[in-house]
Amino acid sequence: MSADAITFGYLDDQTKRMIRRALLKAVAIPGYQVPFAGREMPLPYGWGTGGIQVTASIIGRDDVLKVIDQGADDTTNAVSIRRFFRRVTGVAATEKTAEATLIQTRHRIPETPLTTGQILIYQVPIPEPLRSMEPRETETRKMHALADYGVMHVKLYEDIARHGRIATAYDYPVRVNGRHVMAPSPIPKFDNPKMHNAPFLQLFGAGREKRLYAIPPYTSVVSLDFEDHPFEVQRWDRVCDLCGAGDSYLDEVVTDDTGGRLFVCSDSEYCTTRRDAGHRGPAADSTAAGALGATLSAVARDRTEDRA
Amino acid sequence: MTAACAATRDPQAVPATAAAPLLAVEGLGKWYGPRLGCRDVSFTLHPGEVLGVVGESGSGKTTLLGCLSGGLTPTTGRVAYHSEAWGPADVHALPEGRRRLLMRTEWGFVRQNPRDGLRLGVSAGANIGERPMAVGARHYGHIRARALDWLSRVEIDPARLDDRPASFSGGMQQRLQIARVLVNGPRLVFMDEPTGGLDVSVQARLLDLLRDLVARLGLSAVIVTHDLAVARLLAHRLMVMKDGRVVEEGLTDQVLDDPHHPYTQLLVSSVLQA
Amino acid sequence: MYVAVKGGEAAIDAAHRQMAAARRGDPAVPPLTVAQIRAQMGFAVARVMAEGALYDPDLAALALKQAWGDVAEAIFLLRAYRTTLPRLAASEPVDTAHMVVRRRVSAAFKDLPGGQVLGPTFDYTHRLLDFALAAEGQASEAAPAAPDDGRAPDAPMPRVADILGGEGLIEPETAPADEATAPVPDLTRDPLTYPADRATRLQALARGDEGFLLSLAYSTQRGHGGTHPFAGEIRVGEVAVEIVPEDLGFPVVIGDITVCECQMINQFTGSRTAPPQFTRGYGLTLGYNERKAMAMALVDRALRHRELDEAATAPAQDEEFVLSHADVVEASGFVQHLKLPHYVDFQAELDLVRRLRRAAAEGVSHDAPEGAPEDAPHNTSAETTP
Repeated sequence: MSADAITFGYLDDQTKRMIRRALLKAVAIPGYQVPFAGREMPLPYGWGTGGIQVTASIIGRDDVLKVIDQGADDTTNAVSIRRFFRRVTGVAATEKTAEATLIQTRHRIPETPLTTGQILIYQVPIPEPLRSMEPRETETRKMHALADYGVMHVKLYEDIARHGRIATAYDYPVRVNGRHVMAPSPIPKFDNPKMHNAPFLQLFGAGREKRLYAIPPYTSVVSLDFEDHPFEVQRWDRVCDLCGAGDSYLDEVVTDDTGGRLFVCSDSEYCTTRRDAGHRGPAADSTAAGALGATLSAVARDRTEDRA
Repeated sequence: MTAACAATRDPQAVPATAAAPLLAVEGLGKWYGPRLGCRDVSFTLHPGEVLGVVGESGSGKTTLLGCLSGGLTPTTGRVAYHSEAWGPADVHALPEGRRRLLMRTEWGFVRQNPRDGLRLGVSAGANIGERPMAVGARHYGHIRARALDWLSRVEIDPARLDDRPASFSGGMQQRLQIARVLVNGPRLVFMDEPTGGLDVSVQARLLDLLRDLVARLGLSAVIVTHDLAVARLLAHRLMVMKDGRVVEEGLTDQVLDDPHHPYTQLLVSSVLQA
Repeated sequence: MYVAVKGGEAAIDAAHRQMAAARRGDPAVPPLTVAQIRAQMGFAVARVMAEGALYDPDLAALALKQAWGDVAEAIFLLRAYRTTLPRLAASEPVDTAHMVVRRRVSAAFKDLPGGQVLGPTFDYTHRLLDFALAAEGQASEAAPAAPDDGRAPDAPMPRVADILGGEGLIEPETAPADEATAPVPDLTRDPLTYPADRATRLQALARGDEGFLLSLAYSTQRGHGGTHPFAGEIRVGEVAVEIVPEDLGFPVVIGDITVCECQMINQFTGSRTAPPQFTRGYGLTLGYNERKAMAMALVDRALRHRELDEAATAPAQDEEFVLSHADVVEASGFVQHLKLPHYVDFQAELDLVRRLRRAAAEGVSHDAPEGAPEDAPHNTSAETTP
């Protein structure tokens, strides 16, 4: 099958219309999971088919697309999805968060604040936040309909009783617009506050589970907690070893087999931009950091040439 | 018989209309296709009153309890409940959201098998805390203190607060279920064979506890049991069921000491012989 | 070392080139043709069509070739291709009573109108490796001629269920009144929601993974939701597919497809509304997939507990469990997505476990397990960075 034989965005117009209708409904009822007739995509379920279908349904020829996985543009699955869209749409791709009109993401929200007009599209593996307490969908849909959410706090209570703190580190449940409890997808809870009253549109696609949901701009998104155990995000007592950022989510990179570690920004674009602007982290001059930085630059160069 | 009530009830739970019945049941019947569950059941239950429903298995007791508590939809008749929050209401005409809310505020249901009424995967504290959290409690320390208080009220060692009920004995599980149901101060509790499946010595202790709690909280209750000893100890009034119908009803002592219907006589005498 | 952590486009390209080379194998061996696969790997082709939900033996054979014989991967290829196809029309129901039958067996009757026709089958073969097959094939040989089964080609062959139905012994197969006029639901156009009607369930089962359905069907036979089945009839052959073009207003045949149909007959003791009679479990597959059709029929019957007022206690009777987990493309994708990087989430967990261990060591947690080491920082070399 040649690339020419594929329609723009892979999906036919009927399918796109069906998905856009579902998205409109999702925007109208923030946090509510809208069932949609998901299609089989040429990438496997669990690898972003929900996000891909959302992106494919709303992308236009003038859009500029950024794809990240674990915060980075250069992870294999992000590369694969970006390639897919270049192949089926030919639209411009970017790594610059600020330049992108559409950002498809798995597991992170970029560190650079998004602004009005940008759309963040999340890939969602399990859209149902109640599932761990109640596996039956017939029951969970009823619980959502009745806003019957007591069990969510049972789970948090149990965390504190067992561990002395809420032991949910990612996919931390939120209440959207004061109504629906929603799974933010497996982003670290570090990113949860970025969803609240955000100026940009957030769309969520779960392909295998065939559900879409959304957070319109300027919608309240509150992480569930207790008065005496308020929600808090991860903090590091260190900064990024490469760029020195103290406000970003850090990935731990094992540098040798004797306990050597570097902590670097998970958002590779944020880190690169900071380093280009002259920011230096505490280990910026180490051999390990040099090698890591060189690899990142080489990958970025390859991709620039690929685009050229 | 309502004299014991109200004195120790939650102060905010002042009965709106003390004289009005809490539950009024008229012509209740339930068929499973051509098979009869129960029929022609009518009674009223006043605040602070405990009604015992006795009969052998298959007599329609559990079906009746299901219809009363809204879990089953009756084929005929109606169940009117006088809600503290919303006034008089037809239980089966209530939207499901309201019925669920009732079940975690004004009502409670104690199941025969505590495993059906507990969350076995979370701690005793979380089990007791679930109902308060479901209606908005959001202070971990307060919820925990309340759970601790209730553990001691049902005579479970407070040190077991963070243990999962799966590791509890049958009697402890049943007491935990009772704490979980009573923590929100319900006005009306349905109990399905609350002592069934327990050893005799454990049963006796649980019965004492239940009698004490019911009296102190001024609870109204409908208790289904096949055990006349349970009925005698807990119930003010009795209904005797056979083949889906009520064959005799009256004050507990009256029914047990001077049974009129031959079936009741048989029940009572078989207990005496045993 | 970092290349492994932060994979790049070059790595992906190299991996795909390696896969292409592995798939082709020894260049001294002539490549398989799609025609060879279609003709000589018929059961694999049939399975790919059935679970790929697309009747096209050539594309199924191509998918098998491209997938290096990985059936689940080939099914995935066909499904993804299916997404790009326009939907031109909905066919009339196929009429299996007018099938051109190649195989037809009934375990319920010794003989019946139209007779038992074994047709092509592995049944009753002795499973001994045939080394003669390894020796053949260099020169093209004449294929063994298919023997004449001695039937008149147009001998009537009524379906066993129809024979029983004439006596009222088996439940009639009619659409419920509210569905009779409504269009048949389409699982690929409407998302699966619960409770699902039988038409939707059958569609999900027809696309479902053969191995999963086989195990579930087996479990019903071993007592997990027993349905006391008899293989009323299994028939394999070709049926005509008809559509009604809008401008014509009458049905026209657009082609023939091979299908395999299984009607299981199950004991039924009657309910409050129905006298005792036999009930049905139904299985139908695109292509010759007999094992799948039989398994599907057993699972279909197990899932009908609601309408037949049976107690649901077994996994095979649990609609959400069965239908949510039957699709091989969904299952394969989600299980294998664990290969994708999860290091942001893992980092979050790592951070949490370290904090909890630290708290436990400092005795902060009120529930430090008995015997927790007092010198906790052991084994946490991760805490020390250069």
